[in-house]
Amino acid sequence: MPAGAFEQRIGGPLTAAGIEVLQVNVGDRCNLSCRHCHVGAGPAGTRVMPRAILERCLAVLRASAIPAVDVTGGAPELHPDIRWFLRECAAPGRRVTVRSNFAVLLEEGCRDLPDLYADLRVELVTSLPSWDEEHTDRQRGAGVFRKVVTVMRQLNERGYGAPGSGLVLDVVHNPIGAYLPGCQAALERQYRESLGARQGVLFNRLRCITNMPIGRFLDFLRRTENRDEYLGTLEASFNPATLQSVMCRSMVSVGWDGTLYDCDFNQVLRLPIDHGAPASILAFDHERLRRRRITVGDHCFGCTAGPGSSCQGQAAAGR
Amino acid sequence: MGDYYDKKDLADFANIGEFAPEQGSAFFDYYAKATGEGRLTAREKGLIALAVATTQNCPYCIDAWTNACLSLGVPREEMMEAVHVGAAMMAGITLAHATQMRKIVKKKEM
Ligand code: SF4
Ligand code: SF4
Repeated sequence: MPAGAFEQRIGGPLTAAGIEVLQVNVGDRCNLSCRHCHVGAGPAGTRVMPRAILERCLAVLRASAIPAVDVTGGAPELHPDIRWFLRECAAPGRRVTVRSNFAVLLEEGCRDLPDLYADLRVELVTSLPSWDEEHTDRQRGAGVFRKVVTVMRQLNERGYGAPGSGLVLDVVHNPIGAYLPGCQAALERQYRESLGARQGVLFNRLRCITNMPIGRFLDFLRRTENRDEYLGTLEASFNPATLQSVMCRSMVSVGWDGTLYDCDFNQVLRLPIDHGAPASILAFDHERLRRRRITVGDHCFGCTAGPGSSCQGQAAAGR
Repeated sequence: MGDYYDKKDLADFANIGEFAPEQGSAFFDYYAKATGEGRLTAREKGLIALAVATTQNCPYCIDAWTNACLSLGVPREEMMEAVHVGAAMMAGITLAHATQMRKIVKKKEM
């Protein structure tokens, strides 16, 4: 993908400003096949991060002062070594986050994980595109809303989402179609009213994430002839204030085979870290990576539209 | 001759202050305040705006406010209900104006 339009718009290269998070993508196997999935994960996924690469990730975490690790997939729970890996990751002063679809925690062989998460004080982030059952199921598959709510309740019972417990349960909202997410605060209020009042479940924060025009979502855009308009909307909504907080500036993302990327969107597009910085976990060099030039493309307009979108949700105040 | 209504022209809305920038920027300030969260939520205002947009037959506003409602998670059924409020208002307003006609007819006919 050409770096041209985006780099021109931001007036020069985008550079990293440290490494706060090591994101580890353990593979593309998933119990679900969501229609917006940018990594194209599903039950047929065959990519599984080898134990040797997981060990390298741990070595990097130990050797450097990276304060947070963010485990993603696919469904991380389906990785055979996930329990061991999370135990090894958990260390005093290090934040461990797992991006879980939650429905997987009701599957045979995964039901022990809520207890492990609570023991290790893992922060959990789950995707729930809507507070409405029918809308959520339209994107994630029939019955998924009920399953997510069931698991949220189980986690609430262990203290997750309860104020003061320190056990973090964040919910991700993303649009169910070819439009941008609305105001995070307004949506959070709706989620709280519906999930709290009607379903009796607690969560900490809502994070709004813009659908990236890649992977399965790009297929949807093409099929429905929404692609050009969607890309145009992203570009027209460019907000320079978001450049401070795009996640690539503070993160290195490790692909299932150990290749290093600036983010998992670049991972999907097979655009490894470039511009002279090492692109493999085997050659991890904190000094060179923390000030690296980021590999950008026109998909980056997805992170910088309106109030911005990162794995933390909307990053900047809207224009 | 080009089309009167071109979808691309929606993006030009940001430039309507051209030729009269002061009034344009005053309008945008007002527009943002009037449509932003207040005592009414963004969602309620979005539905009002959508109803007005449809009654006024403005394709640009319909596009913009349909997208705004989608972004705020408003279900299609609620959007359609809002449009019906607009439609009912238009019907009511039309019929209410028939009062003039009825009054004149009654006064003039023998
Ligand atoms: S979006 Fe998440 S839960 Fe859905 S298919 Fe992709 S990896 Fe699985
Ligand atoms: S897609 Fe977003 S996170 Fe990834 S490189 Fe571009 S701006 Fe950074």
